[in-house]
Amino acid sequence: MAEKRATREAYGAVLIELAKAGRDVVALDADLASSTTTAKFGAEFPDRFFNVGVAEQNMIGVAAGLAASGKIAYTGSFAVFATGRAFDQIRNTVCYGNLNVKICPTHAGLTVGPDGASHQALEDIALMRSLPNMRVIVPADYYEAAAALRAAADIDGPVFVRLGRAAVPVVYDESHTFDLGKADVVAEGGDVTIAACGIMVEVALRARDLLAADGVSAEVINVSSVKPIDAEALVASAAKTGHVVTAEEHTIQGGLGGAIAEVLSEQLPTPMLRVGVRDMFGTSGPADELLIEYGLTPANIAEAARKLLD
Amino acid sequence: MQTTTDIAQLEAQARRIRRHIIEMTGIAGSGHPGGSLSAADIVTALYFSVMKHRPQEPSWPDRDRFVLSKGHAAPVLYAALAESGYYPVEALGTLRQLGSILQGHPDMCKTPGVEICSGSLGQGLAAACGMALAGRMDRAPWRVYAMIGDGEAQEGEIWEASMFAAHYKLDNLTCVLDFNGLQIDGRLEDVMSIDCPSEKWRSFGWHVVKIDGHDFVQILAAFDEAKRTKNKPTMIVARTVKGKGVSFMENQVGFHGKAPSEEQMKQALEELATE
Repeated sequence: MAEKRATREAYGAVLIELAKAGRDVVALDADLASSTTTAKFGAEFPDRFFNVGVAEQNMIGVAAGLAASGKIAYTGSFAVFATGRAFDQIRNTVCYGNLNVKICPTHAGLTVGPDGASHQALEDIALMRSLPNMRVIVPADYYEAAAALRAAADIDGPVFVRLGRAAVPVVYDESHTFDLGKADVVAEGGDVTIAACGIMVEVALRARDLLAADGVSAEVINVSSVKPIDAEALVASAAKTGHVVTAEEHTIQGGLGGAIAEVLSEQLPTPMLRVGVRDMFGTSGPADELLIEYGLTPANIAEAARKLLD
Repeated sequence: MQTTTDIAQLEAQARRIRRHIIEMTGIAGSGHPGGSLSAADIVTALYFSVMKHRPQEPSWPDRDRFVLSKGHAAPVLYAALAESGYYPVEALGTLRQLGSILQGHPDMCKTPGVEICSGSLGQGLAAACGMALAGRMDRAPWRVYAMIGDGEAQEGEIWEASMFAAHYKLDNLTCVLDFNGLQIDGRLEDVMSIDCPSEKWRSFGWHVVKIDGHDFVQILAAFDEAKRTKNKPTMIVARTVKGKGVSFMENQVGFHGKAPSEEQMKQALEELATE
């Protein structure tokens, strides 16, 4: 059994690491600090941590003011509230001013589980991807989340890092680094490309095993940098395989699948199928059962690949 | 920058700023003259008397910060920045035109001296709180000033930020409420009353000073009182007249977001004639 860790666990830990390294970081949270793990940072650096209470819009505004005064401002909360409720603040104050604010919410996607639709962000990638100046990162596992959170401190401007609640299998190890704008070919193959982000990278690797049993060779690409996106790597893989399946724990409208469709339709039109949530809200249930219910399993990805190859 | 406490000098400066507001919105053919004119005396006091700043060095680390949360009043801010020397006064004639450094609402990336983007109402006070927090973390000598509109106070984020500023005891933050009583759709008391704003902010934990926002003696005294107030942010509730200084614009809701015509511009400039 592979090691399982939640990507959110990286958040507090990396903030502590950055502050210890002398970086001028501050963290804000909106009454979810224990869930997002920013509370761990707050316990070690109480002068650099500010709870704003249940007030996400103010959290983003305060972060903007801190950033305008030279701080690297990281913000917490859940993905639904951090991106949806505070969208106008992110758009008009943070992104328009190109301010050094990091939007790193946890509890993105269906794997929030029992809390249900109100708490399961399935449109946050689409929202953040639509904003000028915003970089959008969807880490595949704990190690990549840590690397991305570290990298965000070196990017001068707004960054969105999507983190999850549930413990999920790791894909990488401690040595993994994150390069903004670079996709990572996790496994090579020649018949079909599976481009995935977040927890779906590990799911895609299992789909690759299923396909291999049928004699189909799948290439798995981790597109954790959704914006800027690595068009070159995607076009190269599509040119090689001629078939592309995308997979994301997000609506298929405007997220990773949309981003890749935009690239390929202009640069190398390629038959594609998108695996993701199909214009629906989430629902309550255990994380693993929800992934089955919404069609985000290795079997679903393999089926999409077979359909393309038929 | 050279500042003054000479009331006659400040009144003359405010008059020049009002002339700019009329000219720039008149030339642009759009913009928000009413709320710019109501704020003109307070903004003049900030840039020409109260704040430490260096127009030749807009990002001087120790400058006092001003956040125009009511971004629609951009013309008054642009006029004050130009008169201070951040950019040539001639630039005011390009307001709202393609390629201008002066956007319809404040843009920190395009305009020297603008501290934060604003225009979507309710957001600037939160950013001002963040600045004040940063200043306190760094034990910096500078202060943060913000101005919100009374219509803007209908935004929930204003109250989130107001709670925050009091909770974190941001006594290096002073906010001015430009209480002119009018918003686009009419009188506040008809559209959505904010009732007794002084009591509201007092109950939120702020130090509150009520003044006539067109009386420089009261304006300067209020900013001075704010500086001396410890452990609390200060809200200056400034009673103002929308369109102040131009007879046919005063208290006229129609001039909230409408520029003067050529004829009106001529008449307004006559009323605001210097000497």
